[in-house]
Amino acid sequence: MKKSLISIQDFSKEEILHVLETAKEFEKNRVQNILEGKVIACIFFEPSTRTRLSFETAVNRLGAKVIGFSDATNTSVSKGETLKDTIKMVSNYVDMIIMRHPLEGSSRYASEVSSVPVVNAGDGANQHPSQTLLDLYTIMQTQGRLDHLKINMVGDLKYGRTTHSLLQAMSHFSPEFIFTAPEELKMPVEYKDFLNERGIKYTETTSLEEHLDDCDILYMTRVQQERFTDPMEYEKVKDVYRLKASMLENVKPNMKILHPLPRVNEIDQDVDETPYAYYFKQAENGLYVRMSIISCLLGYR
Amino acid sequence: MENINKELKVSALENGTVLDHIPAENVYKALDILGLKGIGNQITIGINLSSKLFGKKGIIKIADRFFQDDELNKLALIAPHATVNIIRNFQVVEKKKLVMPHEITGIAKCMNPKCITNHQPVRTRFTVLEEDGEISLLCHYCEKRSDIKSLF
Ligand SMILES: [Zn+2]
Repeated sequence: MKKSLISIQDFSKEEILHVLETAKEFEKNRVQNILEGKVIACIFFEPSTRTRLSFETAVNRLGAKVIGFSDATNTSVSKGETLKDTIKMVSNYVDMIIMRHPLEGSSRYASEVSSVPVVNAGDGANQHPSQTLLDLYTIMQTQGRLDHLKINMVGDLKYGRTTHSLLQAMSHFSPEFIFTAPEELKMPVEYKDFLNERGIKYTETTSLEEHLDDCDILYMTRVQQERFTDPMEYEKVKDVYRLKASMLENVKPNMKILHPLPRVNEIDQDVDETPYAYYFKQAENGLYVRMSIISCLLGYR
Repeated sequence: MENINKELKVSALENGTVLDHIPAENVYKALDILGLKGIGNQITIGINLSSKLFGKKGIIKIADRFFQDDELNKLALIAPHATVNIIRNFQVVEKKKLVMPHEITGIAKCMNPKCITNHQPVRTRFTVLEEDGEISLLCHYCEKRSDIKSLF
């Protein structure tokens, strides 16, 4: 049966670990033509250069070919074709569909209509599971394990889908969380319920300084203007946290700073020079993890 | 006793289904959920009848129509305490209670304006969540929770 990756919760703990182990192999050797002769569609109904380049590089490094579009403006979609018809047509041509779409739930729907596996490369504010898997891979790489880590999530915890998915994925590994957010952008109650049901401990704070020194992972996020309906609300919180190198004097030696990128003002340039900055390596890891996701779903690993 | 007899005389069913103890304000929704609007069967509806248990209740009697359990169980969303009486030859031959369905398809609308189901011809699908007696619906597509009030 075809298996798609739509939401991080579609993968069991074992499947997550399998993808991460396979990614290690691709990091050691990133040229592996195991998918030669395959064609994979990258269809982006809204532009996202960063994610698209990472996926397309992964496909190319596996030896498969890419078709698709990076923006729906000049396609039949702009002429009113339904998503169902687009997916039916494309899935008849290719071996896998990687898609990004502004509407939430669009990838789930596409996977039900498609005859080939679908990888969700972002459906609005809902899910972006390859980001979550690369976050996990990076956490494992920096700490040597996933179990029993203390993770401090900072920034927009209300609208930030990366923190929500990471929280769900980490719940397999007995973590402890710190949620650092302004009142307006606190972690939604449904995710706190999720942790309570599983007996996972979390602490909430509005102060960035408060839990810098006792966490293993500092997961910074950007406050995204497009998620706000009220521009005043955005202005109030957009620059609420700014991490500087001078704030890192007493952090744990193993502590690493992650960020899904792009950053705006939340991490100062001077942090890049500290041994704690890991966000550029994290972005690079996206390539190996996406190579792994594609080859695992197609049954090649 | 006299009252009950009078009621039976007005709307006695020879064969069919009686849905009782529906909250009065949800009778029309119940007709919708069961797809009874516009069908040819004889339907008797009572609204704001007094009920010892619920204050004002509603009742729906449908002649010559019998339902599958999973059709009826959808009613649990808006009338969790409703009872179902199956009538054959003027006799109640079976009484049923509703069971809350685990999943519902095609009858509710997702409250998330950015959900695919609100933009494309996609049949909605929800998991029914019950917490502290409150019912909410988890969208299979956008993974957001909708209030039960979004049902119609
Ligand atoms: Zn929805």
